[in-house]
Amino acid sequence: MVAGTDIEAAPAERAPRSTVGAVGWMRANLFSSWSNTLLTLVGLFIAYEAVSSVIGWALIRATFTGEDGGACTHEGAGACWPYVTAKFAQFMYGRYPFEERWRVDLVYALALIGLVPLMIPSVPGKFWNAVYVFAIFPVIAFFLLVGGAFGLPHVDTSLWGGLLVTLVVATVGITASFPLGIVLALGRRSRMPIVRWVSVGFIEFVRGVPLITVLFMASVMLPLFLPPGVTFDKLLRALIGVALFAAAYLAETIRGGLQAIPRGQFEAADALGLSYSKKMGLIILPQALKLVVPGIVGTFIGLFKDTSLVLIIGLFDLLGIVQLNNTDSKWISPSTAMTGYMFAGFIFWMFCFGMSRYSQMIERRLAQGDRR
Amino acid sequence: MAVITSDHGPARKASLASYLYRPEVRQALYQIVLVVALVALFAILITNTAANLRKQNIASGFGFIDRTAGFDVSQHLIDYDNSMTYGRAFLVGLLNTLLVAGLGIVLATVIGFIIGISRLSTNWLVARLATVYVEVIRNVPLLLQLFFWYFAVLKSLPGPRQSYTLPGGGFVNVRGLYLPAPVPQPGFDAVWLALVIGIVASIAIHLLARRRQMLTGQQFPVLWTSLALIVLMPLGVFLFLGQPLVFDYPELKGFNFQGGMVMQPEFLALLLGLSIYTASFIAEIVRSGIQGVSKGQKEAALAIGLSKGQSLRLVVIPQAMRIIIPPLTSQFLNLTKNSSLAVAIGYPDLVSVWSGTVLNQTGQAVEVILVTMCVFLTISLIVSAFMNWFNKHMALVER
Repeated sequence: MVAGTDIEAAPAERAPRSTVGAVGWMRANLFSSWSNTLLTLVGLFIAYEAVSSVIGWALIRATFTGEDGGACTHEGAGACWPYVTAKFAQFMYGRYPFEERWRVDLVYALALIGLVPLMIPSVPGKFWNAVYVFAIFPVIAFFLLVGGAFGLPHVDTSLWGGLLVTLVVATVGITASFPLGIVLALGRRSRMPIVRWVSVGFIEFVRGVPLITVLFMASVMLPLFLPPGVTFDKLLRALIGVALFAAAYLAETIRGGLQAIPRGQFEAADALGLSYSKKMGLIILPQALKLVVPGIVGTFIGLFKDTSLVLIIGLFDLLGIVQLNNTDSKWISPSTAMTGYMFAGFIFWMFCFGMSRYSQMIERRLAQGDRR
Repeated sequence: MAVITSDHGPARKASLASYLYRPEVRQALYQIVLVVALVALFAILITNTAANLRKQNIASGFGFIDRTAGFDVSQHLIDYDNSMTYGRAFLVGLLNTLLVAGLGIVLATVIGFIIGISRLSTNWLVARLATVYVEVIRNVPLLLQLFFWYFAVLKSLPGPRQSYTLPGGGFVNVRGLYLPAPVPQPGFDAVWLALVIGIVASIAIHLLARRRQMLTGQQFPVLWTSLALIVLMPLGVFLFLGQPLVFDYPELKGFNFQGGMVMQPEFLALLLGLSIYTASFIAEIVRSGIQGVSKGQKEAALAIGLSKGQSLRLVVIPQAMRIIIPPLTSQFLNLTKNSSLAVAIGYPDLVSVWSGTVLNQTGQAVEVILVTMCVFLTISLIVSAFMNWFNKHMALVER
């Protein structure tokens, strides 16, 4: 010990006030340099313009009550909300008969009962839940929506419309395209040349053409393919087109996952003596599908948005029914169209954004096993 | 690998069952079943189609192409009027598709790169704004956005008499966007010539500078010389010749504008909708591409004394481009295919003119739809072939 070592350490200085707290954060993230400050000012201007115009349009200058478009025609009018209120039922159900609409609501309720516990990872009983959602619910939903049995009057699909059609096309498209996509992806990786060529041909053909031409084909050419006299429901034709289209994109996504599985996994499954279906179903696909969850959900989001294209072949999905009502002479006003699109856009956005957020959650959960 | 039928492997008593269990035999069987099923399916489809067409008295074949179309098309890049043939109408539609797709790709790439880079900005506000753009735009259907631009924005603009005036002599109203049209005067060809020479010289300088750098390690300011050659040289020629270019300004005469060049609202809505929508996807591709370059690469570039700009230009961007280009290609193709939504807002593209009007007039559903699909397939194949070549060119050459 040397004398004089007992010099006390000076108390730690506080960090300069300009580098901590809100001021420090702003200095670091918004005003760190001249160019950054300029960017911030431009950004502030854009943000202010965007927020103020949206709020001004949707709330401040908006009309909230009224009986017809006349209420929204004054100078500088914003959103015409009474239009949405008046047409809300149409936007949801289309021309589905008024006294039968409880059936649609019941289907929504049954779907929620099945889907919500299925989507929350911690709820037990996933197997029976899945059986309900994928086997029992579709049958109930079909009879409830179409009717014609069990004392329910028949509702022709030409009366369906609005969000109902959007959701029907999207869910049927998703559930039909998923198994088809897996089969096509496996076919493309098959060792049998003819199977491979057929899969490649189908996938590349469908991916090379726009969905509209596939829908045109389903609506114009499909009736020609059938024996004379046989007709086909229009909605069903659109469903077939959408499902085949989505399947091709899904197949490419899943193929990406299959290619990422190391060869050893295939060989190990063969060495265990597993049959092809067991090898794929128990060893390869679970790993491959896990890898491509973001891609699969991305395809589903794309499919959900693409359902709006069915309006081109004369079906009235949510966008189609909004488009139809925008020209209603009772509600003519400068802001009717904008209000309708904003409403439809918000609903589409909620579904798509929700799906993408849910997929990010699932992705993190599935990746937990890799983080050791 | 598959269709091998017989005799290798141990000689064993060949019962029918063990024969059927051999993988080669099974694979052959499966494939035969598949082929038979497909052939049967197509045979049924073709006989049905033939029967249906006969019933509707539609003669199949492409004879209708030479018949007179009899309808007008609002925008045509080549001469067209309603006395011309269906074949000519097809060409008009195809060119309109290519025009909107080409311009859309350029615009979407520019917006997409700006937004994508903004998302990585250290400026919190700019990054947030870019995120909001991406999350809003890509989660709303393109068709809805097209309707929004066309019906809610462009179609609610005031009429010609109350047009908004743009700086530089342009006008925008419900009939479209009117811009001054440049009219080259005699002698303007020299400017084009200067531009071509500038581009060729820049490429040559780029190659020479690269060789010199490989040999001696010395760099040459390629960017600045190229800019000077491509921009300043034609500009100098232009000024030297006494500015041989005049503008034809649109003027309000009576109820409408005369002169200048006009972009129809259908075209504008489609171009805006396609570019803004596709840009949100391109932005995500650019962001993940730049993030995909490992941090060590950037640090190493700075450590060997490259400036920040040099490290971006020589180290980060070349590597990011390798990640970006393949998905970017498929976005370009998506944009081209999505341009077919033109039919919903009445822009006379291929699908609207050909699979819409021509199909309705002639009833030749099979031929018309097949031709449409073939056109898009050809475009897809050409673009992906080009991009595969480009990708191979850019790909990392590993030891």
